[in-house]
Amino acid sequence: MNETMKVDRRDAKLAMAHIYVAFIALALGGFAGLLQVLVRSGKFTLPANISYYTILTTHGVLLGLVLTTFFIIGFQFAAMSRTAGTFSNQVRTWGWVGFWMMTIGTAMTAFFILIGEASVLFTFYAPLQAHPGFYLGLTLVVVGSWISGFTMFAHYAKWKKANPGKTSPLLTFMSVANMILWLVCTLGVAATVLIQLLPWSLGLIDRINVLVSRTLFWYFGHPLVYFWLLPAYMVWYVVIPKIIGGKIFSDALARLSFILFLFFSIPVGFHHQLLEPGIDPFWKYVQVILTFMVVIPSLMTAFSMFATFEMYGRSKGATGLFGWLRKLPWGDARFFAPFVGMLFFIPAGAGGLVNASHQLNQVVHNTIWVTGHFHLTLATTVVLTFFGAAYWLIPHLTGRVMTKTMNRLAIVQTVVWAIGMCFMSGSMHFAGLLGAPRRSAFSTYGNSPQALEWIPYQIAQAIGGTILFIGIILVLVIVTNLAFFAPKGETEFPVGEVAETAERTPLVFENWKLWIGITVALILIAYTIPFIDMIQNAPPGSKGYKLW
Amino acid sequence: MHIHKYEKIWLFFGIGSLFVFLTIIGVSAFAQGNQPPSCLTTIDPEKVDETPPFNKPGLVKTGDNEYQLNIVASAFAYTPNQIEIPKGAKVTINVTTKDVIHGFEMAGTNVNMMVEPGYVNSFTKTFNKTGQYTIVCNEYCGAGHHMMTAKVKVVNKQ
Repeated sequence: MNETMKVDRRDAKLAMAHIYVAFIALALGGFAGLLQVLVRSGKFTLPANISYYTILTTHGVLLGLVLTTFFIIGFQFAAMSRTAGTFSNQVRTWGWVGFWMMTIGTAMTAFFILIGEASVLFTFYAPLQAHPGFYLGLTLVVVGSWISGFTMFAHYAKWKKANPGKTSPLLTFMSVANMILWLVCTLGVAATVLIQLLPWSLGLIDRINVLVSRTLFWYFGHPLVYFWLLPAYMVWYVVIPKIIGGKIFSDALARLSFILFLFFSIPVGFHHQLLEPGIDPFWKYVQVILTFMVVIPSLMTAFSMFATFEMYGRSKGATGLFGWLRKLPWGDARFFAPFVGMLFFIPAGAGGLVNASHQLNQVVHNTIWVTGHFHLTLATTVVLTFFGAAYWLIPHLTGRVMTKTMNRLAIVQTVVWAIGMCFMSGSMHFAGLLGAPRRSAFSTYGNSPQALEWIPYQIAQAIGGTILFIGIILVLVIVTNLAFFAPKGETEFPVGEVAETAERTPLVFENWKLWIGITVALILIAYTIPFIDMIQNAPPGSKGYKLW
Repeated sequence: MHIHKYEKIWLFFGIGSLFVFLTIIGVSAFAQGNQPPSCLTTIDPEKVDETPPFNKPGLVKTGDNEYQLNIVASAFAYTPNQIEIPKGAKVTINVTTKDVIHGFEMAGTNVNMMVEPGYVNSFTKTFNKTGQYTIVCNEYCGAGHHMMTAKVKVVNKQ
């Protein structure tokens, strides 16, 4: 294998640029989150007439879209440079073009949110109408990410040409799979923004079809969460085995699970629209079935992870059913943070099954239970894995080493995060079951006895949210240290090797035409008929409203 | 491609229980009629006030112990917002909106639906217990979203 062990300095700069933006977004978005939980406790009001919903939009956009997309693209650039070789100058230049488009788009979007012209939340459901600058900013972010995606494809194609008939490096393969997923799903959001929302906000068209717009949004909105999750899986499958000193359980099964995620994360958007009028329940159920297919690669991943852990523990002489647990490197933050993330994925996944169930959804839809759910999936599982990756990625890219003190602080950070999230997400789940709505400022709903029952849970959320904000300060201290102040030196970019007992990976996995073909076929099966129905039976369109 | 024996067992039981689960919710939906609210009726959102039954929103008796509750949502109120339902009544709730998307959630019950401009949404529930329920808007609709509410009282028949 012609793997370079170190990411080239020029590629490292490109990756780090993304990571800086990601952590700035974490700082600002995290602060917005703190304000939200305080407002919702009922004990605090925002100064200077700042709207709760402006803060909420800021929080969602910065953490859901900016932190994730920038970190993921930065991480994948580094991973591809590390495993498929240094970028050509052309690839790197386009990488920078993508970065600047995304950054300018982010700044533009943030500006229109903060001046109060776009308090439409990160889902921007029509017919609430934001300033055209908000939609334009988002367009730049998405188009910038497409450029980065094609940059990665070009680098992969170059590797393939130089290594005919060979299986591509696992991290490169996974990055390509994730960017294909991203490209296919962002077509939906690009369609609604460019064909519907942007011309409508500019006054070029008067009315738009609300249900079509929402459907295009959710065609994008669910794969979006898998776009967040797959890089965490890259760390779990490839990096964690190396960190603990073990081997990758099976290269082929890892690739298979990524392909299954590509198939089953897109034709499933209706499970976010289960309670909507205008969609026949038969098609909702079809998409519910497709949604649940992701259980299969999730089970495969869980098996692989624990097989890797157990094989390693036993190779170190562990005995008994669970003796291998004691052999794991609990004191290493690069392992500990992602591991805690994995544990949180168990209740997170169970909650997800509830949400996507055809009927159970009705109990929790748009209650704060849902907010609790994605603060486990995204804000714990994915984010703790990203933090754990940052602890070796940043020093690798900046030519520094993580000190023992910083490692200890990172362990503390993980524990703080877990405690804060148990409080916040736990009480969100409970309050949601009692009916407390999500995305709502503090309200007693006219002193309704039911709403008064929710308040103790909202106070618990404020306590949890405050602890989490301390966690954000800690991770920012660590990241700043690793980027600017840690001692100079060499840090490894850990890339696991496949276990000797695993069999050769079949070449069929590189057959992207086949995988994309199946993906498109599934999308057409799930969406064609209900989408035609929506357009044929469309009600009169909606004018724009600015109700904030 | 080789799959480890333990992984085969794990996947067999995992995928097996998945199909049992999907069969259960499928039977519940299609054989027992437990479908999520998915009304296909459309309406002109700017003419809601002139379109029956929403021109006279409120509770209407349609049969022996059967009722229709027609509600209009708009920023940031429900019309009507004080509702009395006789105990034991089977009520079909129809909701539509005059402006943006709203939610319609009767906290503590399974009545939960999206209300979107251009569409009527509908759900039927039998109220077997007396008591009070709070209706809340659970989809963000603007500055007054958290003030949007209505009250339902289930009372003993006179």
